[in-house]
Amino acid sequence: MNYSYVIAIPLIPLALFLLLGLFSKKIPPSISGWIGSLGLGTSFALSLYTAYHYYIEAKVNGIYQTFVYKQTWLAFSDKLHIDMGVLIDPISVMMLIVVTTISFMVHLYSRGYMKGDDGYTRFFAYLALFSFSMLGLVLATNLFQIYIFWELVGASSFLLIGYYYTKPSAVAAAKKAFIVTRFADLGFLIGILVVSYYSGTFDFSELNNPEGFMISNWASTSFMGLSVFTWGLLLIFMGGAGKSAMLPFHIWLPDAMEGPTPVSALIHAATMVVAGVYLVARLFPAFYFVEDGFALTIVAYVGAISSLFAAIIALTQNDIKRVLAFSTMSQIGYMMLALGVSKYDGHEGLGFMASMFHLFTHAMFKALLFLAAGSVIHAIHSNYLKDMGGLRKYMPVTHITFLIAALSISGVPGFAGFFSKDEILAAAYEHDMLIYISSVAVAGLTALYMFRLYFGIFWGKDTQYEHIPHESPWSMTLPMLFLAVMSVVGGYIHFSEFVSADHIPFEAHLNYSLAAIASGVGILGIIIAYILYKKETNLPDKISNTFGVTYKWAYHKFYFDEIYLFVTKRIIFGLVAAPMAWFDKYVVDATMVSIGNMTVSFSNKIKGLQSGKFQDYAMAFISGGVILAIVIFYLWL
Amino acid sequence: MDILTLFVVVPILTVLVLVFAKGLKQVRIISLVGMLVQLGMAINLIFAYLKERAINKDIMVFTQDYTWYESFNIHYAIGVDAISGVLIALTAIVVVAGIFISWKIDDLPKEFFITLIILSAGVFGFFISLDLFTLFVFYEIAVIPMYLLIGIWGSGPKEFSAMKLTLMLMAASALLSVGIFGIYFNSNADGGALTFNILEIAQVNIPVAAQNLFFPFVFIGFAVIGALFPFHTWSPSGHASAPTAVSMLHAGVLMKLGGYGVFRIAMYLLPQGAINWTDFFLVLTTIGVIYGALAAVMQKDLKYINAYASVSHLSLVLFALLMLNKTAWTGAIIQSLSHGLLTALFFALIGMVYGRTHTRDIAKLGGIMKILPFIGSVYVITGLAYLGLPGFSGFVAEMNIFVGAFEHTDTFRRILTIIVVSSIVVTAVYILRMVGKIMMGPLVNEEHAELPKATWYEKVGLVLLMIPVVFIGMMPFGLSEMIKESVTPFLERLI
Amino acid sequence: MIEGISIYEILSLSSVLFFIGIYGFFTRENLIMVLMSIELILNAAAINFVIINTYLYPDFLQGAIFSIFIIALAAAETALAIAIIINLYKLVSSVEVKDTEIMKY
Repeated sequence: MNYSYVIAIPLIPLALFLLLGLFSKKIPPSISGWIGSLGLGTSFALSLYTAYHYYIEAKVNGIYQTFVYKQTWLAFSDKLHIDMGVLIDPISVMMLIVVTTISFMVHLYSRGYMKGDDGYTRFFAYLALFSFSMLGLVLATNLFQIYIFWELVGASSFLLIGYYYTKPSAVAAAKKAFIVTRFADLGFLIGILVVSYYSGTFDFSELNNPEGFMISNWASTSFMGLSVFTWGLLLIFMGGAGKSAMLPFHIWLPDAMEGPTPVSALIHAATMVVAGVYLVARLFPAFYFVEDGFALTIVAYVGAISSLFAAIIALTQNDIKRVLAFSTMSQIGYMMLALGVSKYDGHEGLGFMASMFHLFTHAMFKALLFLAAGSVIHAIHSNYLKDMGGLRKYMPVTHITFLIAALSISGVPGFAGFFSKDEILAAAYEHDMLIYISSVAVAGLTALYMFRLYFGIFWGKDTQYEHIPHESPWSMTLPMLFLAVMSVVGGYIHFSEFVSADHIPFEAHLNYSLAAIASGVGILGIIIAYILYKKETNLPDKISNTFGVTYKWAYHKFYFDEIYLFVTKRIIFGLVAAPMAWFDKYVVDATMVSIGNMTVSFSNKIKGLQSGKFQDYAMAFISGGVILAIVIFYLWL
Repeated sequence: MDILTLFVVVPILTVLVLVFAKGLKQVRIISLVGMLVQLGMAINLIFAYLKERAINKDIMVFTQDYTWYESFNIHYAIGVDAISGVLIALTAIVVVAGIFISWKIDDLPKEFFITLIILSAGVFGFFISLDLFTLFVFYEIAVIPMYLLIGIWGSGPKEFSAMKLTLMLMAASALLSVGIFGIYFNSNADGGALTFNILEIAQVNIPVAAQNLFFPFVFIGFAVIGALFPFHTWSPSGHASAPTAVSMLHAGVLMKLGGYGVFRIAMYLLPQGAINWTDFFLVLTTIGVIYGALAAVMQKDLKYINAYASVSHLSLVLFALLMLNKTAWTGAIIQSLSHGLLTALFFALIGMVYGRTHTRDIAKLGGIMKILPFIGSVYVITGLAYLGLPGFSGFVAEMNIFVGAFEHTDTFRRILTIIVVSSIVVTAVYILRMVGKIMMGPLVNEEHAELPKATWYEKVGLVLLMIPVVFIGMMPFGLSEMIKESVTPFLERLI
Repeated sequence: MIEGISIYEILSLSSVLFFIGIYGFFTRENLIMVLMSIELILNAAAINFVIINTYLYPDFLQGAIFSIFIIALAAAETALAIAIIINLYKLVSSVEVKDTEIMKY
């Protein structure tokens, strides 16, 4: 079978980007939206075609085969070279579907949402650039290729967050997102350097090969008590944590909501932020085997802590997009912890499958939540819960789709989120009790904050609107309806037959007792939300008052931003860079200038010798002659 | 006339014709034609080189040798390898772009273009020379006109800046000449005559004591123009005072003479000295990389930001050269190219913004993108390329350097490498701070609401510089292979 | 050969003359006086030429010819110097050495 046509899937968006980017002035908005959507539609269709063929035909002896097509792009040495190519295996094909689906839907949606905006064509160009980078990332064959596209998605995220570039808060958010992830990518890069130096390769197939150098020889090198490879993998995970907004690199994600809402749906909910999860999944055998999974344990705990942390903060936020952002962070923590607790073969690899499953379903319902939120924001021009209420009467489609997504994320039986979340909890239950308990708590909190949002927007107080809100046009509601369907039926896909850590399909069954606990907790959360937020009461205020300091801390996101600001502004800029600039000006430069000045003042001192009196010169001449004569006579002769 | 000497002859002919030109229009047309011929020759040279290389496996190709001053065995010896070839192409591109950027210069245009072209002739001569003495002569020809260009056409404290720049570079030249004569007088170590010819000296085993003695002279002599910490302070004030085209040419091309000279002379002729001195200079260059970047974060003047950024990026070149292996060296050469193009772009853009708003203070600028969309977009793209985004040349160069530097296993180099790698974050900080402040955000100054759009010659200049940046970034394979091949003889000297 | 006077006396005379000239050259304030001191130096040299020629090679005349050269040279030099001094006087209204420092540094 030949899958080389897959290369067209990322190249179509690249061509779109060049077309729309270079001729953004020439192409009228009415056409550019269609061009973008059509292009992504083609990619979407191609991905479906690929997936259909791959999952049907690519099994040999019950094992999914990996196909690699690559070309050397830049050679460092005989062993190390960056290849560009495509790697087809179960998870990359699954990611192709996720990325192209969401991207296509967001393109369609944006045609309505961005209507009348100055930079309409520019917006579609950026979207295409992002789609290209993300697809390249997904299809990467080696660490360096993934790093290249990793940086490119970071840059397109920068451009899209800063899309409203005249807004200072958007610019600041874009900068923050780029710099924070760049800092994490520094770890990624050093990790790549470490891993590739010691293993002699960038290739995923080589790194993940159980007989390969890295996995079979991880014990041969050590640094500070751990294998060098473990350090390398941890550093690579640092990059993943940065993109996936895991603790402590999560601070950029809430601010990234300054971007247009379709962007938040595409990049900061469904695709780019799961890149970290994808990276760990991509290197899963390496993570699992090196140092007996030490790095993987770290991944699990980082995921668990982030998910709990974000869920608590999400309860207290008032900007609906920020609530969704923290929710995203929390759900990605879920995926991380599922990967972290997973084992490698057969049914033991449930966590891996669960993580990918959740990635898939989450992409659908979280994108939907964002698109629905965008629809609300589009209608009432505000992000804040206080400006909303009772919208169900005005926006029935948005209301229904939002409800479906909220039920799905809360893990109510029958919806997609229920199935994937159950698998994660089952995997956690089997391997780590502590993580399991925290995950169940997160499930309850998720339901609570989602329905706080739902009731706050669509029920609650009857806000009087200056302009009567309208339901969004069909160009926006159609993608939402599609995603709503996916948020339900996505759960009925037998994911374990397609995706597994060792590429061998297995049977995964619902664990009814665990499922009952999880959905029970979820429904409890919904009921609490119903009591608190269905009607406008002062109950929520009372409760937040009883929590006092804790509430305040959560509201201020546990002061992470302030800590970062302190470290960067005060310590790095204030105590390092500013003194350095001072040092440069008043020490280094001043030294150089003073050497010049010394020369001048020295010549000033001795210029008196040039008195202008010829008799002085004659005196010097004659005494010099006499001294010379004496020297010659007495010393030489 | 052979293919290389033409690179010196064409500028001189252009200058001769310019002497008789009248008015700005004639002057710039003549300069442009002359330098376009030069650019065409440079591109032709690359292809001719590739063709020649396929059959000719010498270290240098297109070599010519004419006796110049017999009693000291001084020759006019020329030849190119891939390294000098690509740097010649870089120079030609930057000079042509510089002419486009100076299209509307109104103050003594004839003299300006003449000086600029003489300078470029020096640079071309420098890159083709294989004789230490000739090379040194061309080096001085390239450096001296800078004094006039800054002192006459500059802005701000131009006389002081020009003086500082010239004096520091002259002091470095003094060290350099000591080093060159040191090499010359040791070039008969294996018997035979004293010689200035680089290829001949490379066959000689200069005594280790002499290598240790003269390496720092040559290294510092060249590295001062390559902005080695703590001898970099001429560069910020010099760039800030220089007119746009001169800043472009200076940061884009002249500062590359440092890295090239270090590589071609210090590393190639004094390999043992290089090995013994690396630790010391590695520390200086590492400081330079991180120090330049952090200092750039704190600057308020656009040109100062870019000047300190150049300090950081060029220290990276020297750092890579001191890593003494093939990958890092390849990275150093590509970084020279990449930085040359990108910093020229930046200075051109800063010049355009300054020419319209009459300020370079970032506090007084903001939201320019809305008013000048073309310049703004190119500014953002250049910024992203500068901070090493994949798809642009900077990424290719930096990754080569980092991978190469990581090939050393000792703790000392590991630590330095990690410090240097961390500069990519600081680079992102100052670039985004600058781009975010001046291009994005709300309009700060109401007077900037109406600014003239980019003209055709400005666009041509920018696009001309942008094409190779993207080309190298997208398709680095051929370039890096070509450079790797030329780096090999240098590597063999180390053993 | 002069009876009763040895070469020592004559050389002593010329030396005294020479050093008087040197002394005058260094200490006189007036340019004319300096010029006269130079004449003394030159004349001391001329005497030496003549007397040494007479004592060492009485059959040759080079010394005498040289002294004539010196006299001619001194005349030329004086003419030039006086011309310069006159011009200087026109410029600064003085022939004092201390007023001729305007060209220093």
